[in-house]
Amino acid sequence: MANFETVEVSTDLLIVGGGFSACGAATEASYWAKKNGLKVVMVDKAALDRSGAVAMGLSAINQYVGVKDGENTVEDYIRYVRQDLMGVSREDLVYNIARHVDSTVHLFEKWGLKIWKDEEGKYVHEGRWQLMINGESYKIIIAEAAKNALAEAGGELYERVFIVDPLMDGNRCVGAVGFSTRENKFYVFKAKAVVVGMGGAVHVFRPRSVGEGFGRSWYPPFNSGSSAYFTIRAGAEMTCQEVRFIPVRFKDAYGPVGAWFLLFKSRAISAEGGDYMVERVDELQNWAPYGLAKPIPANLRNYLGMLDVDAGLGPLYMETDEAIQKIAHEFKDDPKAFKRKMKELESEAWEDFLDMTISQAILWASLNVKPEEKHSEIAACEPYFIGSHSGASGAWVSGPEDMDTPYKWGYANMTTADGLFAVGDGSGASSHKFSSGSHTEGRIAGKAAIKYILEKGQEPTVDMTRVEALKKEILTPMDLMVENKGKMTDPEINTAYIMPRQFLHRLQKIMDEYAGGVTAAFKTSKALLERGLELMSLLKEDAGKQAARDLHELTRAWENTQRMWIAESHIRSMLFREETRWPGYYFRADTPKMDDENWLCFVNCRWDPGTGEWEMMKKDIWNIPGV
Amino acid sequence: MPSYVITEKCDGCKGQDRTACMYICPNDLMVLDMDGSAGYGEMKAYNRDPQMCWECMCCVKLCPQQAMDVRGYADFVPLGASATPLRGSEDIMWTVKFRDGSIKRFKFPTRTTPEGSADPLGGFATHDDINSEALATEPESLGLDAIPTPK
Repeated sequence: MANFETVEVSTDLLIVGGGFSACGAATEASYWAKKNGLKVVMVDKAALDRSGAVAMGLSAINQYVGVKDGENTVEDYIRYVRQDLMGVSREDLVYNIARHVDSTVHLFEKWGLKIWKDEEGKYVHEGRWQLMINGESYKIIIAEAAKNALAEAGGELYERVFIVDPLMDGNRCVGAVGFSTRENKFYVFKAKAVVVGMGGAVHVFRPRSVGEGFGRSWYPPFNSGSSAYFTIRAGAEMTCQEVRFIPVRFKDAYGPVGAWFLLFKSRAISAEGGDYMVERVDELQNWAPYGLAKPIPANLRNYLGMLDVDAGLGPLYMETDEAIQKIAHEFKDDPKAFKRKMKELESEAWEDFLDMTISQAILWASLNVKPEEKHSEIAACEPYFIGSHSGASGAWVSGPEDMDTPYKWGYANMTTADGLFAVGDGSGASSHKFSSGSHTEGRIAGKAAIKYILEKGQEPTVDMTRVEALKKEILTPMDLMVENKGKMTDPEINTAYIMPRQFLHRLQKIMDEYAGGVTAAFKTSKALLERGLELMSLLKEDAGKQAARDLHELTRAWENTQRMWIAESHIRSMLFREETRWPGYYFRADTPKMDDENWLCFVNCRWDPGTGEWEMMKKDIWNIPGV
Repeated sequence: MPSYVITEKCDGCKGQDRTACMYICPNDLMVLDMDGSAGYGEMKAYNRDPQMCWECMCCVKLCPQQAMDVRGYADFVPLGASATPLRGSEDIMWTVKFRDGSIKRFKFPTRTTPEGSADPLGGFATHDDINSEALATEPESLGLDAIPTPK
């Protein structure tokens, strides 16, 4: 076995992940830990300043309810999420996040985030729930607060340590294992409770660009499903693993469209000039009641555009020129004001890209695009797993204690495994939390986890034989390389192993072609899914045959394995749900209609660590009375 | 290739134990060729896997020598354009160069407080009831008298 020193770290609370939800957990948990003499340790696979989905920055905060100014109520948010997810949402979780999220945004502002304000000092809204920000340093600011909170409470932050597997004592999570991506060290974290906030998953499906632009996914390529893998392997129940998310964005560079649709009121059209949201309005009848209420769910807006593409009416375009001219028209009688307004719009449009998708600015510049003169192409991205947006995949977690629901078995955001909490993209069926709501959910779970430790915490019992077995398994890719590389002249072509990049391509090919990826036009069926599962079973056998020359490739190998597990749960969940409910995310051609009688429910799944078998379940949807 | 290093400007962060780009890359792509054995030049940094680059420019923004930039993905970005940041402690300047040679410059604020100063509790009143639904700074940070509860 490769020679890696084993480093043991003991703590009360372990937070794995470094993005918004993990930072929220660290900030809040540190406060309660300090009060109660407990220790918090946080582990990030990158550098906290620029890790996670917001590493590049963001141009908007997408969840702000505005309760203090009477803009909306928490109940309004419940209705919005229920509608967008076609009736499938954990309303207790959505409620819990929505009632706390404004305080998170107010904290962000205190920490130094610049939120746009109007002349009266009120936040500038992009849409009903969205606030405009100057967000280039959004992640740095949020990381700074988390670091300061940890430091004040005597906590510790480990950067560049990649967490792989949970440590379990029966159904209780007692820590995690992983390795340093910088030196030959194997880490064993022992804890009384663990919060999982390691993000969603990208590169499970084949991206549209497969050359140099392979890494230009909409959601970042370094989010590899670490959260889902961790909770699945812990034997925790998962929910909505079929509810992937497909954003429609500016084509290829995947620049944001929110400001164009919401702030600039732009339309999207086909190449023939038709507005698919108008021309295909009758189709929405088939998805009642969700198709008939406003706002029309994201997946149905996708779907109407996809129908145009299927009919050969592509490319689709965002009418940026029309939108800007319309706004500028209001100033037509005042040339000075007109010039000022155009300058302002230009700056806002470019900042939208430069703050969060710099590639889109480069692409527009390379195509000589002046948005006020010419429209730009939009397209549906490949599917992603991101339960914080308009997708819903993640762990099935316990609801807030003060609500009378069927979803309470422990502490807020605790999974069905004791002492294991999930947040952000790691927790399911609580969509539309975005950056601010994910941070909020982290705060909720951070406090709940400390409470759990105070009331039920036990010294972790870690089976060191199991740890040794995990160490051996996790380091196998390095051993395989050393043992076999000399047998053939090309280190990348060897009958004894497969390189991580090729393994990734094989996973993506299965998912793309059988599970409704881009080349399958997001369509699948029972037969395709079953064939995909067959091929997946062989892929699983070969996962342990990935080889690594260094720590970087070792990370890649395990990221791939994490993606493979979320992929399997995805196929199984789509197979189980015998209907089509989110046609703009995936379309099951053999069950093309929505079937409320049988399928207005959650689809949950659980992998049994004892038997290795998957169990598929339906769970009832509970609606908040009177909402 | 997505992020790239300008040979002439890169000084390998003067042989410190880690370079700025290695430290910050969220996808662990930047490497320092200490002795030149990887073929990139002695004490020069490089992107080991451009195909996995997100073009987030975290490395470009942090490089103390301004030795890094991004060349748009070759499989769909026509040549000749660039977007170059210059990031300070409270704002960022962008120079966007178009394929046709035209240039646009933008300056955006990045934060309103001094670097490092974020107070986790934001100066809001706190409480010590672990059993309450209220988080540490609530209800004051909500701007309400009490947190909303289900009707």
